[in-house]
Amino acid sequence: MALNAMQIFMQLPKTNCGKCGFPTCLAFAMQLANQKTSLDSCPDISDAGRGALEGAAAPPIKKVKFGPVGAEVEMGDETEMFRHDKKFFHPTLLCQIIADDDGDLEGKAAGVKSYEFDRIGQVMKLDMVAVRASGDAGKFKEAAEKVNSLAGKPMILMADDAGTMEGAARALVSARPLLYRATQDNWEAMAGLAAELKLPLVVYCEDLNGLAELSEKVKGKGVEDIVLDFGPKQLGDALRNLTILRRSAIKKKFRPFGFPVLLESSASDPGMMGALGVMKYASIVTFDEVPVSTIYPIMTLRQNIYTDPQKPLQMEAKVYDISGPTNENSPLMLTTNFSLTYFIVRGDIEKSKIPSKLLVVDTEGLSVMTAFAAEKLTAEGVAEFIKKLGLEESVPQKSIIIPGQVARMSGSLEEESGWKVIVGPRDSSGLPKFLKAQTG
Amino acid sequence: MVFEIPKEKWSGSIREVTIGATKEEGGTRTSKVIIGGSSALPYLNFEGSPGRKPALFMDVLDSLPADFPEAVKEEFGDAINDPVSWAKKCVEFGAEGLCLKLVSTNPEGDGGSNEDAVNTLKAVLEAVGVPLIVYGSGHNENDTKLMEMVSEAGKGERLLLGAAEEDWYKSIAVASMANGHCVIGFSNIDINLAKQIVILLKDFGIDLGNIVMDPLQAALGVGLEYSYSIIERIRLAALMGDNLLQAPIICDLSLAWAAPDVNEVGDRLGEPTKRGIEWEADTGMAALVAGAELLVVHSPSVLQRMKQAVDELYPGGGE
Repeated sequence: MALNAMQIFMQLPKTNCGKCGFPTCLAFAMQLANQKTSLDSCPDISDAGRGALEGAAAPPIKKVKFGPVGAEVEMGDETEMFRHDKKFFHPTLLCQIIADDDGDLEGKAAGVKSYEFDRIGQVMKLDMVAVRASGDAGKFKEAAEKVNSLAGKPMILMADDAGTMEGAARALVSARPLLYRATQDNWEAMAGLAAELKLPLVVYCEDLNGLAELSEKVKGKGVEDIVLDFGPKQLGDALRNLTILRRSAIKKKFRPFGFPVLLESSASDPGMMGALGVMKYASIVTFDEVPVSTIYPIMTLRQNIYTDPQKPLQMEAKVYDISGPTNENSPLMLTTNFSLTYFIVRGDIEKSKIPSKLLVVDTEGLSVMTAFAAEKLTAEGVAEFIKKLGLEESVPQKSIIIPGQVARMSGSLEEESGWKVIVGPRDSSGLPKFLKAQTG
Repeated sequence: MVFEIPKEKWSGSIREVTIGATKEEGGTRTSKVIIGGSSALPYLNFEGSPGRKPALFMDVLDSLPADFPEAVKEEFGDAINDPVSWAKKCVEFGAEGLCLKLVSTNPEGDGGSNEDAVNTLKAVLEAVGVPLIVYGSGHNENDTKLMEMVSEAGKGERLLLGAAEEDWYKSIAVASMANGHCVIGFSNIDINLAKQIVILLKDFGIDLGNIVMDPLQAALGVGLEYSYSIIERIRLAALMGDNLLQAPIICDLSLAWAAPDVNEVGDRLGEPTKRGIEWEADTGMAALVAGAELLVVHSPSVLQRMKQAVDELYPGGGE
């Protein structure tokens, strides 16, 4: 709930001294409301006024960082209920849990590190690893140290007893792990440890009233960075409570819930719980098992949901082979680098089963018609790109099929490139028929 | 500490649409499905009615395309080679309804006769008691004739006919009105077009209570986020009182199996069969969370996953 200029103005000295660089306090207030300047520019503001304004300006959900300096992860600082209103900022972190008595502890820890996929030019990976205590403090510390060195990822230390936690937390303090977790039973000791070591702490209670209370108590003990966990047993409770937490934080500025949320996937169908967490506001989702066939789709979902709606996902501009290996007689088609356009065109070419080349040009992620109207798809640009790629070598017949919607550029493209331009169907759904007719 | 659950106040609600008609209602179905009815965001029963439980239908094609996913074929076994046994199998797996796609009739594909396709429809209606969605092949010219015959053959059954599009809706609207069937209004991931097709159908004379919206569920990794946000926006507009957007939403998950990630050969992205199932299930989960009331499912394993998901999501369920 950002303050408007009048509300800010009420807290200013109203002396119009001009020291801030603006002629009046009201002008300064208006700039502040638009986040164009900072409160620090006013040397005369009262402490009370500063407190009121800074409190109101604090983000509704605190940004929490952890992990070793230089390789830390960030979460929280979200401002929206729906991605279409602006965007979701910090992609859900995916975490594998390893038990400290797991026979394959070393193999799993090393596996986390190599768990990486490249998808549409973005690296998707497991972000972190948790070690769960089975009971023995010495064993826990040893396992945590081992996993830390093998996985090289930000860590969560999981123990329900502060005594068990302490040794591992002290040993790994420079790796800045997230401590898990303060409960109604152990919170004083756990919060004391987290405050002393300046580490973030997960606060756990199944009941939301209890969670709010515990969050306040832990904060009162001096823990600045908190992560909330309400341990849902099933998808419906997860969805409802995640929504309540996010709404309370963003719309009501309810401070006890103004923190990122951790969701364990193991209580239900982990694939579905993980997917729900990615879509509905979880900052961390933990998994007991991480089969690639489950995690890769969830990583893809995360990539989709956290794409900025204003900046659509873009394909790399180049020539793609569709429907199998192509040769010099394969048809060459043109489209834009808006990923959705690319996937639709690709799907329609695949339906034809004719191996084809698809030239994707950089239109800054705009679809064909929009790019053409905005002059991001021009005859000059395409001709230049054809030349740059040296396409006359792989396409000796020098002919290219363009979308029917931009038939108007066929003449100028022929002139600019010296290629033969064939106007394709207006909609790519007509491509199978068109290609069959073309290749006869 | 007592905190107050932050609730939104909504003025609108989603219309209920009934698919299928029993003997008493002039049909021959042994069960019917009612979708819609919610007056809150999906599953948020603390601020309104969650409406009816989302319905899970399964695909049955009257002719198996060459690129039909192997993993799904394996799950069905031999039954998949005959639409009637395929349909029965779906009901055994727990499908609440079937989505019969008469793809054989495409003159540019199999080129099968409309009569044969309609006979398949009749045989399926006879073999199973659940309600049916019926699609043509997507070849508008032939579908115009086919859907008229489908409408006649399914007289009294309250079929859900797919799908009216902006440039092809009159013939399917006539087929719907002639024999009291419902109709799907299809649009291509665009909230304005979603509304436009409802307006066209309504102006043509279709009762709003007979319209289901299909805003196109793009698959995971292939534009899912666009569909997800469009469905969320449609649902928000409906709850805020936009009468035309208050139709229940259908999402067809079959596109998931065409995603390039699913069809990549080898185990790099996980075991292919499991990967495909997960891909469809995640696509379905996104549809449910965004607000879909009816899912059309391809794979029996996904049906089970979605059933559990719906049971858990629906207030009072799970545990």
